[in-house]
Amino acid sequence: MKIAVRAALAIAATALLADAGQAAESPKRGGTLTYMIPSDAPPSLDGHRETTYATAHTAAPFYSVLIRINPDNPASTTDFVCDLCTEMPQPTDAGKTYTFRIRDGVKFHDGTPLTAADVTKSWQEIVFPDEGLLSPRQSNFMMVDKIKAPDPTTVVFSLKYATTAFLPALADPYAWIYEKAILDKDPHWYEKNVMGSGPFKFAGYETGQSIEGVRNPDYYRQGQPYLDGFKGIYAAKQATRIDALRSDRASIEFRGLPPAARDELKAALGDQIAVQESDWNCGSVVTINEKVKPFDDVRVRRALTLAIDRWNGVPALSKIADVRTVGSIVFPGDPLAPNKDELTTIAGFGTDIEKSRAEAKRLLKEAGQENLSFEMLNRDVDQPYKYVGIWAVDQWSKIGIKVTQKMMPTGPWMETERAGNFSVDLQANCHAVVNPLIDVQPYLPSSVSAQNYGNYEDSEEMALYGKALHETDPQKQHEAMFRFAKHVMDTQAHKLMMAWWYRIVPYRAYVKGWKISPSHYINQDLATVWLDR
Amino acid sequence: MHRYLVSRVLLVFPTLLGAAALVFILMRLIPGDICLVRLGSGGTSFSAAALAACHAEIGIDRPWWLQFLDFIWGLARFDFGTSMWSGKPVIQEIASRFPVSLEVAVMATLIAIAIAIPLGTISALKQNTWIDLAVRTFSIAGIATPSFWLGIMSILLVLDLTQAISGHPWMPSIDYVPLWKDPIRNLSIVMLPAITVGYRYAAVSMRMTRSAMLEVLREDYIRTARAKGLLEKIVINRHALKNALLPVVTVIGIEFAFLIGGLVVTEQVFNLNGIGRLMVLSVQNQDYTLTQALVMLVVTIAIVSNMLVDLFYAWLDPRIRLA
Repeated sequence: MKIAVRAALAIAATALLADAGQAAESPKRGGTLTYMIPSDAPPSLDGHRETTYATAHTAAPFYSVLIRINPDNPASTTDFVCDLCTEMPQPTDAGKTYTFRIRDGVKFHDGTPLTAADVTKSWQEIVFPDEGLLSPRQSNFMMVDKIKAPDPTTVVFSLKYATTAFLPALADPYAWIYEKAILDKDPHWYEKNVMGSGPFKFAGYETGQSIEGVRNPDYYRQGQPYLDGFKGIYAAKQATRIDALRSDRASIEFRGLPPAARDELKAALGDQIAVQESDWNCGSVVTINEKVKPFDDVRVRRALTLAIDRWNGVPALSKIADVRTVGSIVFPGDPLAPNKDELTTIAGFGTDIEKSRAEAKRLLKEAGQENLSFEMLNRDVDQPYKYVGIWAVDQWSKIGIKVTQKMMPTGPWMETERAGNFSVDLQANCHAVVNPLIDVQPYLPSSVSAQNYGNYEDSEEMALYGKALHETDPQKQHEAMFRFAKHVMDTQAHKLMMAWWYRIVPYRAYVKGWKISPSHYINQDLATVWLDR
Repeated sequence: MHRYLVSRVLLVFPTLLGAAALVFILMRLIPGDICLVRLGSGGTSFSAAALAACHAEIGIDRPWWLQFLDFIWGLARFDFGTSMWSGKPVIQEIASRFPVSLEVAVMATLIAIAIAIPLGTISALKQNTWIDLAVRTFSIAGIATPSFWLGIMSILLVLDLTQAISGHPWMPSIDYVPLWKDPIRNLSIVMLPAITVGYRYAAVSMRMTRSAMLEVLREDYIRTARAKGLLEKIVINRHALKNALLPVVTVIGIEFAFLIGGLVVTEQVFNLNGIGRLMVLSVQNQDYTLTQALVMLVVTIAIVSNMLVDLFYAWLDPRIRLA
């Protein structure tokens, strides 16, 4: 434990020193950044319709967005800044109207001026897609009533109700601004083509192999980007990515690698490798199918969560898996997340594991399930699914539950979840910009959230969620969110939060200007990246 | 010979139709949904409406029989449709990857032939000597060693050796360049996978060459050739080897057809964007149209390669030609 704490302090100190060092250095111009995209080719290049990070890592450098998380402070969950707008607006109309002024002089890569009409059209496609158009994040914008462009430099978002979930949702890293004229002609054009106003211009794309961009000399942020260009190479296999970093065939991989890969690279290359680390807005969560007996019994569900020794297990697991932090269903460190005192009051998060397990055994006995055994569905992906799954099986064995794991490839695993052919399932809940009110949507009852495979209805849960969603006072909202989380994780034990993931990005030390964030989806436009060699 | 050829060609069509029906049914029996993978594999949430829109867009909300008729009608017109995953024409998806797999397959075959035939022949000629033992050990090691392991080890060996020698670890580029654009870089990329695959391929062919040669060398006509006083070189090359090559050619033909779509793991290990990797990806993504087209491609290659092997038989053995 002490070693882990020391290591964490050392990493934090290193990160601070690295930041201080970076701040002191002035960016150098030139060079081409070669990075790896840890996947195969994305389905399309259209950020509005895709959810995979492969699309963001492929095409984000070509586009601008309306607002975003501050690229100089991406670790923050609340520091939003303008990209295409001139100033972050203060809401009017009791928090229901946001008016954005659009920058002058922004041009698409084909020379067409970017106006409020382009911004409005792009956002309308995301929030109110025409029939036949795919917009998977549409439900994130349930609060939006209307989007209008009263003049060429103004965009107005009118909300149905005031909510703090709006700005983080608006900073969606996939909400790229497209050219209205192109969308009007063919709404599917952006699936296979690129035309943005971002820091880089499209230079070439080989499906499943690489994407290339060159510096946009007309980029509206003076002096940026620093790079002459970039090349992203698709490399789905982790061993290839580690070898490529080691041999300097690529300089960075933005998604993240496990602790062993970081240690291997550091051991081989020493100071030539820098590392940035962060809590990750992805959580490993156990979903219980409440239509299957005996899991309709809350005592059984509570016993399952009480058996998990999170405070000792997660730090140990973090040495081999991409997980690190114990937390509730709200991203740790966010103002809406419970503090440790609050967290320890939730079942399964107490510090006395023996007491918790005694209570778990009592509940199982009371429910007549002392000899409970079941099969846990899991995704056949190493990091961190298999590791967390094995840990969970071990933890449940401590209270006499016999669990076997059924590993399935992604497609069949998802189909099995959807068909409800499972008892207990290990899932991941991943999001881009930290926005707890939206990020917890998969935990809402099945009739509200299509992604909740728990098969339960719970009107009390919806009432608690509604209070948190509509509350704008920070303290009251924190309390409301805690009541909601406690209900989901303890009172009803619908969901068992296992561990928050941990993002580790080892890269060549000459890559400067990039800062890690809690999500591998954000801060990917490469405008601030430069090469010190 | 002509009748034989015509009958072989006519057999191709029912074989292709059977393969088409089989792959169509099997793909739909695998549990899964391309739209679920596409919309939710990152763990993000999406609405039921988005799922329905995705189903409608790629046409998997239509009845099976209609999808099957579409597929067969497309095949008849050499139109394989568009990939359900990328929306690009399937032909385009395959065409961009085919040269990579073809190049590795051809190079591996050449390496295998260059190793297998001389070593297999020498091994047979020097039966039960230390040379025979060494060749057999080399060949058994090739069969027993998985290609992917050999691939990983060869990359690590190159990295470690270059780091030890120059202080800077080196490995070939991880993005493929066509031979005609940059031959040196291309060969540096393709050589390791070709050797890795070619070694196993050579091991199988080597054993086949050795056993076929041993059999032929005991034939009466070889004894007769030697009794006539022919030079040993002529006896071996003209009389023994040509006849012994019949089963070897079969193995080479089958292996070559397999390599075009079967380099799945090797392509993953060496980050080659080939047909094998595309096949895995299309099955993982439940991309019916692309998987169907790829299977049909591999089946066609297998059929054509078997036909070529048969024709080669006829060239090697006049008895087949005359029959």
